[in-house]
Amino acid sequence: MSQPAIDVRGITKSFDGKVVVNNLSLTVERGEIYGFLGPNGSGKTTFIRMLCGLLRPDSGSGQCLGMDVIHDAVNIKKHVGYMAQRFSLYGDLSVRENLDFTARIYGVANRKDAVAGMIERMSLAPYADQLAQSLSGGWKQRLALAASLIHGPELLLLDEPTAGVDPKARRDFWDEIHELAGQGLTALISTHYMDEAERCHRLAYIAYGDLLAKGTVDEVVAARGLATWEVAGPGLYELANRIKALPGVEQVAHFGKTLHVSGPDPEKLKTSLEPLMNGPQSYRVTPTSLEEVFISMMNQSSAAGQR
Amino acid sequence: MSLISPRRFWAMVVKEFVQMRRDRLTFAMMIGIPLMQLILFGFAINSNPQNLPLAVLSNDNTEFSRTLIAAMQNSLYYRVTEVISKESEAKTILKRGRALFVVTIPPDFGRLLARGDRPTLLVESDASDPTAAGSALAALSTIANQSLNRDLTGPLLPLQAAPGPVDLNVQRLYNPEIQTKYNIVPGLMGVVLTMTMVIITALAITREHERGTMENLLCTPVKPIEVMLGKITPYIVVGYIQMSLIILAARVIFQVPILGSLPLLLCVSILFIAANLAVGITFSTIAQNQLQAMQMAFFFFLPSILLSGFMFPFQGMPGWAQWVGSALPLTHYLRVVRGIVLKGNGLADIAPELWPLALFLVVMMTVAVKRYRQTLD
Repeated sequence: MSQPAIDVRGITKSFDGKVVVNNLSLTVERGEIYGFLGPNGSGKTTFIRMLCGLLRPDSGSGQCLGMDVIHDAVNIKKHVGYMAQRFSLYGDLSVRENLDFTARIYGVANRKDAVAGMIERMSLAPYADQLAQSLSGGWKQRLALAASLIHGPELLLLDEPTAGVDPKARRDFWDEIHELAGQGLTALISTHYMDEAERCHRLAYIAYGDLLAKGTVDEVVAARGLATWEVAGPGLYELANRIKALPGVEQVAHFGKTLHVSGPDPEKLKTSLEPLMNGPQSYRVTPTSLEEVFISMMNQSSAAGQR
Repeated sequence: MSLISPRRFWAMVVKEFVQMRRDRLTFAMMIGIPLMQLILFGFAINSNPQNLPLAVLSNDNTEFSRTLIAAMQNSLYYRVTEVISKESEAKTILKRGRALFVVTIPPDFGRLLARGDRPTLLVESDASDPTAAGSALAALSTIANQSLNRDLTGPLLPLQAAPGPVDLNVQRLYNPEIQTKYNIVPGLMGVVLTMTMVIITALAITREHERGTMENLLCTPVKPIEVMLGKITPYIVVGYIQMSLIILAARVIFQVPILGSLPLLLCVSILFIAANLAVGITFSTIAQNQLQAMQMAFFFFLPSILLSGFMFPFQGMPGWAQWVGSALPLTHYLRVVRGIVLKGNGLADIAPELWPLALFLVVMMTVAVKRYRQTLD
């Protein structure tokens, strides 16, 4: 089996004495789409920035594409494509000029063809000579993806690439990522969207600098061991408040005309809900979704974060 | 219908004060710039300069010539910096600006004076800066005659009578028509370059940080020195365009005579342009945003224009101001430009001004590269 694309251990980084990434270890296999999740300020961006050499870890070690992450950052940069959270190309350059500049910086062979090919591939042709700042959010994101791919990287680091992008553009974006992964590209993507998390091969959940869970979607869900009931019927608003106070209930969330009630202990949850089942609402057990798992972890970690 | 809501107005005022307090550097500049102006205008600048350097070329070793030298030394206007004996040296001193005046005492000065023949003192002045030379020159005749009168006692007493015991032959070199524009226009080249080069580069890199494009740039394999040289080079071209414009205007519109070699001027200007760009880059590594970069550029520009000798005679400033002025590239560049354009100076004459420029460039570039953050830490 080939070497993993990312294999780091014990990565730690603090700012002004505050630990932002704490002893983080992560392995991402080649060709894998790895989702990186966690609440705002959890250290996702910091970790990604350390991988692409924008920040230096305080401690830790490992390799990225077979190169040492601490000492070989310069060479890693040549094989990594990075897309920052904020649009970070030149607004006063056109789409073509931006790609051309990036291609020059990376020393791409047959630059003109590479740029033309990328414009074609990302369907950017109608906007090729438009200034980047005049593009809409979705097209800006496509341009940023194109720029991060222009030098044919082996690893893509994408920091919340789809924030503020409409569903169609997000769908196209993920199709593109899966196609690239099929060709052997590895991608590490941070996101807040659960549907996106479910599109990843594997996930890691990080909060307050600590890695709380990792694995496939099913593994992460199963590991948390939450039970979830779906409640449908009239008077859900009042009911939700009553249910929240019951023992064994961790979270109650409205999903359209239904309520999702989750708790860590299936038996205890069932016992708590049983007296209510005589009411006009219907109750049934439903599979726990990733969202409930993350909210559960978030609740736990924010309680821990406030210690 | 009320035109102004005091509540809304006050909301804006409070918010502005809070933001002002957050931006420490801007706040410091708002206090620092007036203070600096106060000190510069109040103490350093003197449009009636005194203590100007004067060299004496003396071929006469009599009581009279010694009296004359002492009198000039004691006057407020002059400071006798060297007494020389070779005529060729006088030219060099003026060309390189070591003194603004050379007074030549003729060989038989004492004898002619005692005979009542009114010997002629040759006064050569560097008139490239008319304000520097003007009032000091006017005083020279009085100083010479009054001091010598004191020595004319006993049988020589009748020589005191008007028009005085000596005659002055004043030669205004380099700018005989006393045209202020001859001094200002070439100097303006240095000022314009300082202003635009520092501001443009300071903004150029700060903008990358402010817009977030630096984040993208930093994760490419590009090296700091490549970023800096790449940022500087286009503006060197701009600098040369500005220079060409000013030289053309000086020649065609202002009819400033250009005595020295233009290619030499263009060659050595690269040092000055690069020095200013290095300052700009250093500022950009300190400034958090474009406003701060702009303010820092202004903070640099103010002493440059006031203490360099562009607006006010350098030699007439107090010692500390000359020290500060000597640390600024514009001071040396002005001497280079004026030297080449007005005095026809060659490489040997301007060499003493080139090494400070080079030193400044090396120091600034080192600071800039050291401070340039290769990571976002």
